Amino acid sequence: MHLDHDHTHLTAVSADARRPDGSRRALRIGLGGPVGSGKTATVAALCRELRDRLSLAVVTNDIYTREDAEFLLRNAVLPPERIQAVETGACPHTAIRDDISANLEAVEDLEDAVGPLDLILVESGGDNLTATFSRGLVDAQIFVIDVAGGDDIPRKGGPGVTTADLLVVNKTDLAPYVGSDLERMARDAKEQRGDLPVLFTSLTSGVGVAPVAGWVRERLADWTA
Amino acid sequence: MSRAALLVLADGRFPAGGHAHSGGAEAAVKAGRIRNAAELAAFCRGRLHTTGLTSAALAAAAALGLDVRALDDAADARTPSPALRAAARRLGRQMARAARSTWPSPELDALVRAFPRGTHQPVVLGVAARAAGLGPEEAAHCVAYETVSGPATATVRLLGLDPFEATGVLARLAPEMDQVAARAATAAREGVDALPADSAPLLDITAEQHAAWPVRLFAS
Repeated sequence: MHLDHDHTHLTAVSADARRPDGSRRALRIGLGGPVGSGKTATVAALCRELRDRLSLAVVTNDIYTREDAEFLLRNAVLPPERIQAVETGACPHTAIRDDISANLEAVEDLEDAVGPLDLILVESGGDNLTATFSRGLVDAQIFVIDVAGGDDIPRKGGPGVTTADLLVVNKTDLAPYVGSDLERMARDAKEQRGDLPVLFTSLTSGVGVAPVAGWVRERLADWTA
Repeated sequence: MSRAALLVLADGRFPAGGHAHSGGAEAAVKAGRIRNAAELAAFCRGRLHTTGLTSAALAAAAALGLDVRALDDAADARTPSPALRAAARRLGRQMARAARSTWPSPELDALVRAFPRGTHQPVVLGVAARAAGLGPEEAAHCVAYETVSGPATATVRLLGLDPFEATGVLARLAPEMDQVAARAATAAREGVDALPADSAPLLDITAEQHAAWPVRLFAS
């Protein structure tokens, strides 16, 4: 639709790869997953890892507060003008899947205000295992679960676990304390996801978010290729 | 007129951002003014005959093809609360996005060009109705319905109100929605200066308070 002359200089309609002025828009990556799995911590760590080389912004979808946006602000992972909060009316999955209009406003406002941007991370509110992002909103999505939420989550599947472009199993450092079997989780994830990638992370130790950041850089390389 | 197009536009799942707004119901629930289906019905009736009528007439006027800049001014003049003005423009922008994708039309494109930051949602809805081949009565009906369906849906989420009771409230308001839509369309045919200016001051006041809450489920 962006190629139609009638639409020149109008805001992009949804998933168009180019902005109204013809320039390439930022790559948009969604992060979803259950409450408390470490989505916001992953976003914060990705910002710290990527912000020196890339022009970044974040959209948060809090369920009933601006907590996630404020966590990112408090930790000063990005300047405040690069973080936008979307309000979701008690239905976080609606705002990222069924009615993406508010999130599209947010990503376009960010590109207008602080662009050009390389990457926008769209974080969903903590939801359940069925929450996935619309392809009209994001180009790729990461589903974040954690070992303490139960090592049977990969086996249970659901759209987030089975279809996300990347599955992140977070908090591996807690596995011995909660009796989670990481090998079993990896096996079950493989069973559910086939060739789709799975990464195990512990943000508080070892290499931290680096593997996820590497995956994001690959997506960015594909996007700008 | 395509009756089915009206169903598409009036569907609560039409992706134009309405799901994140409670139409003042969240503030009313918190203040203890909506505690059950009867109180929800009273709230909806009050909203329908005040801001509902005013908004429905704006939509009907836009559907008739009246000048959108004059309608934007008229909507501002009828919306004293800055929080509600901001919400109406934000929802207008979201409605424009959804409508342009759904019913591409030069008039919707011109509207976005004239108001890149959005105009009031009922005005956009009226232009969208035009693009969908609908008339002023249909546009007014849409606004009348969403004036009450928004608070009803929000109350189900906020109070755990029985969804059958909430839907019953809407069904019993149907004859009044028809009356409001008819009045709105009649007024719109007389021009911008004849548009109704009914308002609900308590909704304006609580909208300002609600916008300042640190913790809330709905955007307005």
